[in-house]
Amino acid sequence: MEIKVEDAIKWFEKINEKIKLNKEYLTSLDQVIGDSDHGINMARGFEEVVNKLSAKEYGTVSEVLKDAAMTLMSKVGGASGPLFGTAFLRFSTAVKVKESVDFETFTLGLESALEGVKHRGKSTAGEKTMIDVWSPVVDFFKRENDFQPDELLYESRTAMENTKEIMATKGRASYFKENSIGHIDPGAASSYYIFEALAEVLQEGEK
Amino acid sequence: MKKIINDPNNVVNDMINGMIAAYPHDLRQIPNTAVIVRSDAPVVNKVALISGGGSGHEPAHAGYIGRGMLDAAVTGEVFTSPTPDQIFEAIKAVNSGNGVFLIIKNYTGDVLNFEMAAELAEAEDIKVEKVIVNDDVAVEDSSYTIGRRGIAGTVFVHKIAGAKAEKGASLEEVKSVAEKVVKNVRSMGMALSPCTVPAAGKPSFKLAEDEMEIGIGIHGEAGIERKSITSADKIAGELTDRILGDININEEDEVAVMINGLGSTPEMELYIINNKVNEILTEKGIRIYKTYVGEFMTALEMTGCSVSILKLDDELKQLLDAPSEAVAFRS
Repeated sequence: MEIKVEDAIKWFEKINEKIKLNKEYLTSLDQVIGDSDHGINMARGFEEVVNKLSAKEYGTVSEVLKDAAMTLMSKVGGASGPLFGTAFLRFSTAVKVKESVDFETFTLGLESALEGVKHRGKSTAGEKTMIDVWSPVVDFFKRENDFQPDELLYESRTAMENTKEIMATKGRASYFKENSIGHIDPGAASSYYIFEALAEVLQEGEK
Repeated sequence: MKKIINDPNNVVNDMINGMIAAYPHDLRQIPNTAVIVRSDAPVVNKVALISGGGSGHEPAHAGYIGRGMLDAAVTGEVFTSPTPDQIFEAIKAVNSGNGVFLIIKNYTGDVLNFEMAAELAEAEDIKVEKVIVNDDVAVEDSSYTIGRRGIAGTVFVHKIAGAKAEKGASLEEVKSVAEKVVKNVRSMGMALSPCTVPAAGKPSFKLAEDEMEIGIGIHGEAGIERKSITSADKIAGELTDRILGDININEEDEVAVMINGLGSTPEMELYIINNKVNEILTEKGIRIYKTYVGEFMTALEMTGCSVSILKLDDELKQLLDAPSEAVAFRS
């Protein structure tokens, strides 16, 4: 299948639902190893994204991603705003060419998003951040030839749960050093909701 | 919480309005943003300087706007970085084609948001460079940073890079002198009592009646040590020793000294601190070229102070002496 404008919009609507539903949970994760505003900030940001996307007509997936990125950047705040903003902004730039996005282009977009986050956060895999979900997901896409929603769900969930075992060395959580072990990283958890939402959009598209 | 405010969620806006009302000929707000610029921005044929960060550090950062210092300041919520869209608005407002220079204090949020804004500007072919200030010798990593924090020494960067830009220097030259200041400035602070973020309503930490905290950050982040309060001379000695232990300043070297109040410290006490700092430096044969005593980079109503020492050369001395019309730093 190809991702069209309406799929991209649906993706953000589903992310918004999931983040909103898990706002308290995300904030509780952040209470342990952060400053306990992650859920609140992300929920506010994605709510604004959905409002923005519903108020406009879009010609390309790239434009949808760009507006989402700019909204996250200005409405989420803290460190998460620029990080998730960068991810979708780079994604947008990478898929600029086409009206709808095939598997190969989508993979390219995800890869750019990951590179953007690494660059912005000066971080890499294994440091207990959102990258520990984005990186295995990108690897998974690169191994496949087409969208595999069920496996995507599995891969991203496993990746998120694996962040429990990592000691934080980047971001605010790194201040808590050993105490960060045993807790899922909040940024990894919200990244999981992003891919869970994507998997659902893909599952519905297959029907 | 006992504060002279209206709505705790509207303090930044109310402050900006009051500031513009106080200096209508010097400052102007970019409509619908938290960006304050020089009234004559963009200034043609000049590299534009932007600083900013969370509010609550007044007169930083908007007080340093004016001929000879900053072109714009981006004000975030109290102790919260401004967002990239706001910083980008500032960049667009001050850019005259000669490039824009960002002065960023080393806090994770500030660095991420300013760098993101720089990327947005570069995508529109605006030349942007930056310096990250990390003058606080107290702690390496904190709940707010990777590496050292940026505190009052940032004011020297505003002053010297601002003077350089005013003389018509290129973006690269402004960056290079700003980096020289960062390399040669060190600071450290201490507090007697905490501060309260208006929206939070209660202090972020507590200190007992007879307690002080050495090495505290300008948001109340933990420092090095909590202990019983001692004399001003001992406090000045500890801060100065820590600073001098971190930078190579020799006999005959010239320095600028800044004794900075954190918000609720009487000027009398700042001068008492300065008396000892001056004595220590003089005993070591270090020459004090210039001293600044007052409030330059505060932490709301925190009681305490910081000491900053900048090692000077001829270029830095000349730029420090250059005129400034910034509303909170006229010289």
